[in-house]
Amino acid sequence: MLIDLLIVIVKIAIMLAFVLGLVPVLVWAERKGAAFIQDRMGPAKADIFGLRLAGLFHPLADALKLLFKEDFVPEDAHPLFYRLAPVFAMAPVLLTFAVVPFGDTIEIFGRKVPLQVADLNVGILYVFAFSSLTVYGIILAGWASGNKFSLLGGLRSSAQMISYEISLGLSIIGVAMVFGSLKLSDIARAQGELLFGVIPKWGVVVQPLGFILFLVSVFAESARIPFDLPEGESEIVAGFHTEYGSFKFAMFFLAEYVHVVVASGLIATLYFGGWQIPYLYADGFHLFGKVLHLPFALVVIMQVLAFVVKVLFFCWFFIWVRWTIPRFRYDQVMRLGWKVLLPLALANIFITGSVLLLFGGAKPL
Amino acid sequence: MIRVKKVSRPKEIPLTEKLYLVEIAKGLAVTMNHFLKNLTNPRSIPTIDYPEVKRPVPPRFRGRHRLTKRPDGTPKCVACYCCATACPAVCITIEAGEHPDPQIEKYPVRFDIDMLRCIYCGMCVDACPEDAIRMDTGWYTVPERNREDLVYTIDMLLSD
Amino acid sequence: MERILFFIFGFVAVFGSIMVVSRRHPISSVMYLLLTLFSVAALFVLRKSHFIAAIQIIVYAGAVVVLIVFVIMLLNVAESKIPVERPTLAQGVGVVAAGLLMLEGALVGSRYGAQIEKAVDVGTVEAVGKALFTSYLLPFEITSLLLLAAIVGSIVLARKKF
Repeated sequence: MLIDLLIVIVKIAIMLAFVLGLVPVLVWAERKGAAFIQDRMGPAKADIFGLRLAGLFHPLADALKLLFKEDFVPEDAHPLFYRLAPVFAMAPVLLTFAVVPFGDTIEIFGRKVPLQVADLNVGILYVFAFSSLTVYGIILAGWASGNKFSLLGGLRSSAQMISYEISLGLSIIGVAMVFGSLKLSDIARAQGELLFGVIPKWGVVVQPLGFILFLVSVFAESARIPFDLPEGESEIVAGFHTEYGSFKFAMFFLAEYVHVVVASGLIATLYFGGWQIPYLYADGFHLFGKVLHLPFALVVIMQVLAFVVKVLFFCWFFIWVRWTIPRFRYDQVMRLGWKVLLPLALANIFITGSVLLLFGGAKPL
Repeated sequence: MIRVKKVSRPKEIPLTEKLYLVEIAKGLAVTMNHFLKNLTNPRSIPTIDYPEVKRPVPPRFRGRHRLTKRPDGTPKCVACYCCATACPAVCITIEAGEHPDPQIEKYPVRFDIDMLRCIYCGMCVDACPEDAIRMDTGWYTVPERNREDLVYTIDMLLSD
Repeated sequence: MERILFFIFGFVAVFGSIMVVSRRHPISSVMYLLLTLFSVAALFVLRKSHFIAAIQIIVYAGAVVVLIVFVIMLLNVAESKIPVERPTLAQGVGVVAAGLLMLEGALVGSRYGAQIEKAVDVGTVEAVGKALFTSYLLPFEITSLLLLAAIVGSIVLARKKF
């Protein structure tokens, strides 16, 4: 009992450390990557005892700066909801990562321990439920700030999130249909199989359209460029966090990057095999009938590392896209969501269902 | 009367552009090219690492002023007020004193340039009949913590 | 353990719903509504109906309440313009009567049948899916027709010219 509790706590700690620890690195990668994409040098000045590490200390300096700034509440703000909004922005995103598996089930002290904080049988729905709650942070911030630009940002975000939640949910249904489960651990495990004996059965291979729809929707859900209309600094100052300063602003900032990490984790799990490495099984590599035996511990470590690498790649993808595409106009966002993504997602479900019924051997009721 | 100019727009957008995805992939390729180029060869970035590295200043660049000296070290300036008169920003304050050498009439007891007012036009240099003031130091940032420190006195102007 | 959690979440749900109707500012009401929805979802989880709990949060907390907030924010009535409601005698009598009715219902229920059943698999994904697509297929399809009619109706109302 006690040791089970301990294992769960350790898993949560690892998860939190991974997600929150990745944030400063991402901030640094974002600034440095943006600089290199735009032929600039990027941050390079902050140093500790003359050690600069290509500007890696800048996020640290920023965090300290934000911590020591005055923690104010504007006069027109609603005092309670103004303070509550950053928490609402932060908590659901962090909770979402609980169901993302980062490795196969392993045995410690004779216990089966799934490398996942919570293996829910409605994992996908859980993700969906909590990602639909992130909008409250933005709405509350927009409304409680008592600022017209904040309100506009809040309004935009609520409309945008509701619109893209639908295509997000519908695009995941395709994956759930193919792998026959809503459990994220099952989905990750099923992606270790091979199609025709060669191609890994990753979500992106069996659901290419679904992947694109999910990717676009997830960008819209995390309010990153090209869908960062709630912030829209060129039109509505900074949108919902115009009136925020100090560590309350830092919470929004943190939430945005945690959202990126979580979204990357979901993309990796649902469409890129999660912790699976192609042709690698519990006892080693299987390729063209030959087997390269590896110790189980090494396999587990490689799989966890594979998951981390996949997450890092998609985090970088978020950054990469941000410095490539300009922001959509509001009506374009709405048109894309309702007139393009939604019908395509429905078509994707229909096609997936038909294919499964015809070739997949799914039994009609 | 406002006239509206009709700008011709492409009538038909090809399917590849309508799909967005192809164009986005092209854009991503462009940014990735820049990123990789700058990552592998950071020296190609044109940024100058400013306080440590300074942009080379052209020879006729008008920077901060200096007062030239005679061979014996005294200022060449004869306190004729030509520069103060020419200055459009009225930033030069001169107080004349009688020079011990009868060949030279006057010398500046006080020669202040208020750098906060100076517009770096170089008219003082043009106006000087004695070649006593020059702007060839190549020094263009004059940051200080107090306004008082930005009024340069004769000692500071003579020091380099 | 389950019983304790049931009482905690049940209390939170009741407390939240009382706050929803008694708060003066609509946004406060909405936030308490959210709290109530969450605790009801927790009650569903206690009955092992994970699917229904998740749907409860997705549909109600994630979409319906967001729309309510959206409307409140669009109208954005100033705090000073919200009418002050004073409790009347009729309201007081109504609350007491409702309380008595609930008590009576609980008493009658406990006497005649209505025992606490063991948590069964009625709210899982498989159970709900099977029920919807086999025994309740006709009502399910009729509901979709109703929704379609509602959508068409709203578009017709929203359009200026007919």
